[in-house]
Amino acid sequence: MRGAKSAKWVAGAIVVALAATACGGDSDGEGKSKGSGPAGYVSIDVGEPQKPLIPADTNESNGSYVIQSLFTQLLDFDSKGDIVYTNAESVTTDDSKTWTVKLKKGWKFHNGEEVTSKSYIDAWNWYANIKNNQQNSFWFQDIKGYDDVHPEKGDPKAETMSGLKAVDDHTFTIELKYTMPYFNYKLGYTTWAPLPKVFYDDPKAFGQKPVGNGPYKFEKWDHKKLIQVKAWDEYQGPNKAKNKGVQFKAYTTLEAAYKDVVSGNLDMIRQVGPTDLPKYKQDLGDGAIEQPYAAIQTLTPAFYSKTFKDIDPKVLQGLSMAIDRDTITKTVLNNTRTPAKGFTPPGVKGYQNLDTDVFTYNPAKAKQLIKEGGGVPGNKFTIQYNTDGGHKEWVTAVCESIRKATGVDCTGDPKPDFATDLEARDNDQVKGMYRGGWVADYPVNANFMKELYHTTAEANNGKFSNKEIDGLMNKADNAKSLDESVKAFQEVEKKLVEHMPAIPLWYYRINGGHGKNVDNVNVDFHGDLEVWAVTTK
Amino acid sequence: MGRYVARRLLQMIPVFIGSTLLIFCMMYALPGDPVRAMMGDQAYDPTVVASIKKELGLDQPLLQQYANYMMGLFQGDFGTQIASQRPISDVILDAFPVTLRLTLFAFTFVTLVGIGLGVVAGLRPDTLQDRGLLTLTLFLVSMPSFVLGFLLQYQFAFKWQVTTPTVTDSADWSQLALPAIVLASLSLAYVARLTRTSIAENLRSDYMRTAVAKGLPRRRVIGVHLMRNSLIPVVTFLGIEIGSLMTGAIVTEGIFNVRGIGLEIYDALTRREGATVVGIASLMVLIYLAASLIVDLLYAVLDPRIRYA
Repeated sequence: MRGAKSAKWVAGAIVVALAATACGGDSDGEGKSKGSGPAGYVSIDVGEPQKPLIPADTNESNGSYVIQSLFTQLLDFDSKGDIVYTNAESVTTDDSKTWTVKLKKGWKFHNGEEVTSKSYIDAWNWYANIKNNQQNSFWFQDIKGYDDVHPEKGDPKAETMSGLKAVDDHTFTIELKYTMPYFNYKLGYTTWAPLPKVFYDDPKAFGQKPVGNGPYKFEKWDHKKLIQVKAWDEYQGPNKAKNKGVQFKAYTTLEAAYKDVVSGNLDMIRQVGPTDLPKYKQDLGDGAIEQPYAAIQTLTPAFYSKTFKDIDPKVLQGLSMAIDRDTITKTVLNNTRTPAKGFTPPGVKGYQNLDTDVFTYNPAKAKQLIKEGGGVPGNKFTIQYNTDGGHKEWVTAVCESIRKATGVDCTGDPKPDFATDLEARDNDQVKGMYRGGWVADYPVNANFMKELYHTTAEANNGKFSNKEIDGLMNKADNAKSLDESVKAFQEVEKKLVEHMPAIPLWYYRINGGHGKNVDNVNVDFHGDLEVWAVTTK
Repeated sequence: MGRYVARRLLQMIPVFIGSTLLIFCMMYALPGDPVRAMMGDQAYDPTVVASIKKELGLDQPLLQQYANYMMGLFQGDFGTQIASQRPISDVILDAFPVTLRLTLFAFTFVTLVGIGLGVVAGLRPDTLQDRGLLTLTLFLVSMPSFVLGFLLQYQFAFKWQVTTPTVTDSADWSQLALPAIVLASLSLAYVARLTRTSIAENLRSDYMRTAVAKGLPRRRVIGVHLMRNSLIPVVTFLGIEIGSLMTGAIVTEGIFNVRGIGLEIYDALTRREGATVVGIASLMVLIYLAASLIVDLLYAVLDPRIRYA
């Protein structure tokens, strides 16, 4: 029994230790906020931002929601995609190359510091500098002197971009490397936000506790659970908060968030999950939101692959006509998408009705076009997608539709997750087509063409290259005015149909909702809910 | 006894190094680059990607990275997350107590209710209550935990409204009850069945007859003579189950929105945050090792014939 006794003692000690850790864990949770927020605050299911909250280091939607509430750029867009000036009085140009920005006076950061030309120029120089590794630094590449602060290799040659000059405290000029008639539209992206002086003391700490100039002031960040911001009384922009504050609450699944909206623990949900889609309009009543926004889904052929190398565009047009977009969006996608009619979604400047039947289901003509074009090599191809994003169902349906209509064999090429999918695209390992997607960065049609199908475009993973189209796009960029440029890009879009750099499938729609406690929930052009305008009942 | 424990503890070192290296290699072998994945679908700048990788040491060969990681670990540094730039120890400290709480809740539930049900059924085999237990456990074993999770969530939270559908505050024991029961249900069925069989079998053994013949009170016959011998397989199972419960919490944590280690490791895996995965996995390895040591020591408590030299 001696052995048994000492073993008892050891086991007892371990049990006590385990219990102690459990107690320790328990007490640290005390005092945290319960389900509903402070009175007058609204809550939304925005999850943990991937990165620290620095405007130029965020381009995923969770982070940009929070950044948009804390920072305000020079300008913003209304629901039609037109410019609304926020921090800027005006942004003007005579030659589309040198732009003059006039700031509104009296704007302050949340710590009381005034927003001046310097707040913008210093911030942009810092963002663009390669040493700071900012994810969105390439947004500044049109500015003269960008290559000095962001060389392809090695250390930067300068600390500042020569294209940025302060005229006085509230006026500064931006000189570009080339003409770009829609440059002012780019300025609406969250990346162009100004920074207060306190940022440069410790950017790392700032990223956890940002000080902005936006409608809301940072309150707290309880990692993976909640970010809380408070309406800022001194804000002077048109998008002044109509509620007292916002709680961005992290949810692990769309279903969990949806349940909380229905039961009243959460005010707004950005997207209803597939399982709840069939009943969310009944559940939420007036609170159900269904609206299109400026984003598109495409099938993009890899023009370096065996299958699609030197393919006749007629084959791609044929494949496009073999896809029954109407039925697939209605059944498989539960009406969450609108069939595409072109390369540019509605809601952006220059959206047009292309006079073509390439995007209409027509099995007979599809077969004929594919035959005329010489057919798909091997009579089969694959569509690459990532299985972690809910794409499997529609890829299968699209393949089925193509097979039925034309007899061309089509199969999905699943990758386990987005990271793997991206790697295959970057390394030119896509075997056939891949699923492409694009959300508007700024609401101008150029964003859906120049950034995707120009030979030198970073996101041109299909490696589409056509000298004529490149030339037309360059010419459109050189246009004197925005209208001319938009019109020129409309011509480019018409040309794209002849070359088919991708097969547009459908435009996105937001299927979200809100509970009974809030009102005035609107959607902006890139599909985000406008949190500042939401009122509590 | 002391030497035995010391030997076991020393054995843990190679196991720990081996398993972390293995996980490290597996993360390395996965396709997908964490820095690139962070940039997403839209346009990005390859120069920035290269620059970030260099800063994090991700451009070095695998063994060098592993060596760096282990060096850091010995100094108590779990590393930094690539995207959020938070120390991984902070991330673990946020999530670990939540899962630990959930697991302990589930474990206590399994132990008390599982053994209790098993004893009740095992003492009277082939009666109505025994058959009832067998049916109930069959039901629990065959039911996937996400089905049970959704079912209970629907019943309790939406129909009867006795609890919140998701856990809004993971420090609140009452909110954790439902997820803990769902998490426990599968093990509960195993434990109940194991106890029941073991008890039913030992009821017929010689020492039981002897004990009864000696005229010992029933309480002592069952409590000491029968229970001690019958619990050996159950304790083995329970020991291993602590680890499984912690890792098995992924599904349950998802359904009930519990911000624990399961979700953390899932997130880290899809984002290729190698250091986070290895950090959490190493902790899991330690827990498994500790649990199996406790189980082995408990044998001696239950059966005096088992000795450790």
